[in-house]
Amino acid sequence: MKEQFPLRVIIDEAGKLVDEKYKEYVTEEQVKHFYYHMMRLRTYDKKGVALQRQGRIGTYVPFYGQEASQVGSALALGEDDFMFPTYRDHGATLTFGADMDRLLLHWNGRVEGCVPSLTKKIFPAAIPIATQLPHATGAAMAEQYKGTKNATIAYFGDGATSEGDFHEGINIASVFKAPVVFFNQNNGYAISVPIEKQMNSETVAQKAVAYGIPGVRVDGMDVFSVYMAVQEALERARNGEGPTLIEAVTIRFGPHTTADDPTKYRNQESINDVKEEKDPIIRLERFMKNNGLWDETWVEKIEAEIEEELNDAIDRMEAYEKADPAHMFDYVFEEMPWTIEEQKKMLLGGGA
Amino acid sequence: MVLMSNEKKQAKEIKEMTLIQGVTDGLREKLADDSNVLLLGEDIGVNGGVFRATDGLQEEFGANRVIDTPLSEAGFVGTAVGMALNGLRPVVEIQFLGFIYPAFEQIATHVTRTRARTMGHYSVPMVIRAPYGAGVRSPEIHSDSVEAFFTHMPGIKVVVPSNAYDAKGLLISAIEDPDPVLFLEPMRLYRGERKEVPQEKYTVDIGKGALLQEGEEVSIFTWGAMVPIAEKAADEMRENGITCDVIDLRTLYPLDKEIIATSVQKTGRAIIVHEGHGTGGVGSDITSVINDTSFLYLKSPIERVTGFDVPVPLFSIENEYLPTVHRVKDAIQKVVDF
Repeated sequence: MKEQFPLRVIIDEAGKLVDEKYKEYVTEEQVKHFYYHMMRLRTYDKKGVALQRQGRIGTYVPFYGQEASQVGSALALGEDDFMFPTYRDHGATLTFGADMDRLLLHWNGRVEGCVPSLTKKIFPAAIPIATQLPHATGAAMAEQYKGTKNATIAYFGDGATSEGDFHEGINIASVFKAPVVFFNQNNGYAISVPIEKQMNSETVAQKAVAYGIPGVRVDGMDVFSVYMAVQEALERARNGEGPTLIEAVTIRFGPHTTADDPTKYRNQESINDVKEEKDPIIRLERFMKNNGLWDETWVEKIEAEIEEELNDAIDRMEAYEKADPAHMFDYVFEEMPWTIEEQKKMLLGGGA
Repeated sequence: MVLMSNEKKQAKEIKEMTLIQGVTDGLREKLADDSNVLLLGEDIGVNGGVFRATDGLQEEFGANRVIDTPLSEAGFVGTAVGMALNGLRPVVEIQFLGFIYPAFEQIATHVTRTRARTMGHYSVPMVIRAPYGAGVRSPEIHSDSVEAFFTHMPGIKVVVPSNAYDAKGLLISAIEDPDPVLFLEPMRLYRGERKEVPQEKYTVDIGKGALLQEGEEVSIFTWGAMVPIAEKAADEMRENGITCDVIDLRTLYPLDKEIIATSVQKTGRAIIVHEGHGTGGVGSDITSVINDTSFLYLKSPIERVTGFDVPVPLFSIENEYLPTVHRVKDAIQKVVDF
């Protein structure tokens, strides 16, 4: 099966362009654009872990290693496309247009952070596994019904492929040719369970065969492969050709969350040993160096910009007005029923 | 031209209908009225639904409005969530309430929670219709009455009509509601008594019960397929000189606190009749409302006549599971004799 779903690579680990077909897309501007966004995510992600260690936010979910998958997929989206991320895809949401301070608020236990953006269509991260696939299907069917050219994208991990909602969401989308991209990041582990124990199939992409839709397997550490695959899938979706299943093969360099210790279930050394070789950002750096595009001054400039943006976002997150207990009551229904009104008064006073 | 005006006149007429026809009428009304309303479910299109609740609607409104979905409760409830948060107003049919369990996660984590977790930025205005209840000799699992799972779930309203008029009016209210509504349809009453239904749009308020019979000694609170049982018991007790308020609550969340309190404060005695299991049933919440509002008016303990704490049995003995007129009458006598 693996042979039928070969890993698509545009820029390989050595930083070499290996697929001439995409040569015209690999411009200096695009390379720098991708590099900037991956650096932005890496810096944000490192800071997220640090903030958790310092007790300034709650449990944090790192995506270290998955920057190419998240940046490549998010940048392929159109302005009005609808994103359905999981809790590990805040990198993708940030790239698509989420507010950094809102994302940090979410990690700090604030409901305000559940809305990643007030302007971009980004659904709050799915906390249960795979429930967002049917949502992406439904939102796509709504676009289809309204007659727009907009598409939706559902993010999910390898563990999600074992859930019923994975099947149900893709099945319904395939039956109705809904304009949706099912974007899987196969990072090898669902918390502690490795992919071999998750499924008996060799690839995630091959599952597409069962739904009669294209399955594409890309190197998730190669931002160009991810970007092109998602863009092609979006084009199919907009042309009324239905959904595509993309498997981006990636590596979760770090733990599942800051509350997780991966040395309990895997040889973390074996991951650390390949970091340098596999790192999506270093890969692009090699490409830039190989092609005379590496510019220290520019790199320093963007690093400083990113640092400043991040520090501003942290300041805003920490200066946010105190969480208001009234919020737990105020938004359950548009109009508050008497039961909740009484309970709110009981907690906050105001005469029942 | 003459024909036209006749048609118009006819459109305002009142028609006698069964409960299920009231459902169909409500769906038709909203499909015609709002292009964002879509129906989804198994066998609801060409087949018109296993009970024919959507009979003729696909033909009338098209296959893109009345959608036959794959056999996939979690899938199409989740799909409806995606539609609802993207501007549509889906109405899904779960073929039988006992088949809702695969969709439980979608309902618990997204249908009911999205408005709260996004502070109203996203909402899920959808209706989940489900025939429910025992007493029609259905196969296993087809007879569950688990409304309490959903009244326990913050973020969804639960309504149950017991006649054609309420079915249409409540369904229109449910579809127009900005929040999710579980709309339960008592199978046992689907093709029972006909009721006059205006052939135009009207609504029945969610959260309001209806006083069906007035009496002095006892208040009976019930809903759905137990309404005729309670009414019959009250009729028969009247012959013994005991009169009852019979109240069809119609909405189980949020309960109509006023109608409950007003009646109990008048009679001083209360009976709750429901076919769902006793433990953790909605009857406990009604008891609690009475306790909070009317404790000092009570002349006797509150009686509950409910389904038992057992899986709804296969139909050969389902009538023994269900509350009967006899059991309700005994309860009435008991609270009066206390």
